[in-house]
Amino acid sequence: MSLSESNQAQHNSLLSSDSQRTLYPYVTGTSVVALKYKDGILMAADMGGSYGSTLRYKSVERMKPVGKHSLLGASGELSDFQELLRYLDELILYDNMWDDGNSLGPKEVHNYLTRVMYNRRNKFNPLWNTLVLGGVKNGQKYLGTVTMIGVHFEDNHVATGFGNHLARPILRDEWHENLSFEDGVKILEKCMRVLLYRDRSAVNKLQIAKITEEGVTISQPYSLKTFWGFSAFQNPTVGAEGSW
Amino acid sequence: MFRNQYDTDVTTWSPAGRLFQVEYAMEAVKQGSAAIGLRSKTHVVLACVNKANSELSSHQKKIFKVDDHIGVAIAGLTADGRVLSRYMRSECINYNYTYESALPVGRLVVQLADKAQVCTQRSWKRPYGVGLLVGGLDESGAHLYYNCPSGNYFEYQAFAIGSRSQAAKTYLERRFGSFQESSREDLIKDALIATRETLQGEKLRSSICTIAVLGVGEPFHILDQDTVQQLIDAFEIVADEEPPAADPPTGEAEQGAASEEGAAADQGAAADQGAAADEGAAPMDI
Repeated sequence: MSLSESNQAQHNSLLSSDSQRTLYPYVTGTSVVALKYKDGILMAADMGGSYGSTLRYKSVERMKPVGKHSLLGASGELSDFQELLRYLDELILYDNMWDDGNSLGPKEVHNYLTRVMYNRRNKFNPLWNTLVLGGVKNGQKYLGTVTMIGVHFEDNHVATGFGNHLARPILRDEWHENLSFEDGVKILEKCMRVLLYRDRSAVNKLQIAKITEEGVTISQPYSLKTFWGFSAFQNPTVGAEGSW
Repeated sequence: MFRNQYDTDVTTWSPAGRLFQVEYAMEAVKQGSAAIGLRSKTHVVLACVNKANSELSSHQKKIFKVDDHIGVAIAGLTADGRVLSRYMRSECINYNYTYESALPVGRLVVQLADKAQVCTQRSWKRPYGVGLLVGGLDESGAHLYYNCPSGNYFEYQAFAIGSRSQAAKTYLERRFGSFQESSREDLIKDALIATRETLQGEKLRSSICTIAVLGVGEPFHILDQDTVQQLIDAFEIVADEEPPAADPPTGEAEQGAASEEGAAADQGAAADQGAAADEGAAPMDI
């Protein structure tokens, strides 16, 4: 099994240290923003995969459904996100194989992910992601986040990376219980627009996903309208000739 | 069952396709003191008869809490039962640690059954000599399972195992149709009556039986002796009487009144022992 192979590889690498630990991320996704609304969870993420400061990949799906009841969004190293999806795939497979009417809900998946992330952190080989896990089961809405060091919590609205600084103030002001779908989308788009203007790793191609009791829907990619016609942008160097 | 040349090893089949060691293990269950379980849509009640080695000793613990939402009653080799209970507790707590939610009882029971099966297919092991009545909650409500030394498990509306369990089973078979919709109190009453059936005339007292309850919104717990004695007193129906119309059980008060009137006329090995309240009185009062 893949898990025992990697253990052996790690043991061998203790002799040639560091060749098998995550030291820094290579291809990364930026913020994910999510909130609870009347019928479930809404989540937004752009489709960018940055390679350092290069905006290299522009069609990366950073949100995926997990089982029947959950939706996972990730920022950070994209290959680690893909690895997590494989773990979750196996988890859901075994859950389905019981075939007994019980199923893992978003709370269970969130806690499983927390255990995985924390255990990897303890081995100094983290999965370099911040995850957002949302879902609905039996009418109960659930929204939580896990970081690469295993910090985890639930809330009515969460964001990763730059979203913490730019989106959460907006969410704190404008979120309320029982948002309609349209209002929820409006708030998310407002957050994503601010991120697009101010986050250098954001790209203008995003998806919004919703999860309700009925299931997951991830929208087709689309872009936000932006406005650049501010007078300050005309002749920007007028006060400092020679600069750029 | 008689001894034969195929019964030494659990890994030896008989020509008739039987594993005698496994069947002997199930005999051990039949020799243990009775354990009874019943369930409704929302509750499970476990009851057992307490057997003590002598009047000087305490009785064996046969009902174990596995988690807030799962409990087990055992019959047979209680030492094996304790080991399996420890396994079940361990599984529940590990699941809770990883998923922060309760292990569905249906999955625990399958794991238990697979564990028992291993012992029927290794020459250096022996089957567990204990039968387990596992009551627990699931996404779909309350469940009662019986786990066999053979590695089989079955789901039941009501069941009894151990010595003289047939008497309890007969009672349960008559009444089980109403259990699914039963209230918690009626379920406990039926458990007590079924327990009394296994006593073959001996008077039902809270010192010789243990009752445990779990349900939706009610964590598994063992009822304390006083509560059980009060319930027995309230439900007291003289031995062998059967509510004639076999109606869904009505108020306890009605039953209590009926039994008081019936008491005088009825026989009872119990008659000499007097009211239940006297059971604490010392023999020298006679």
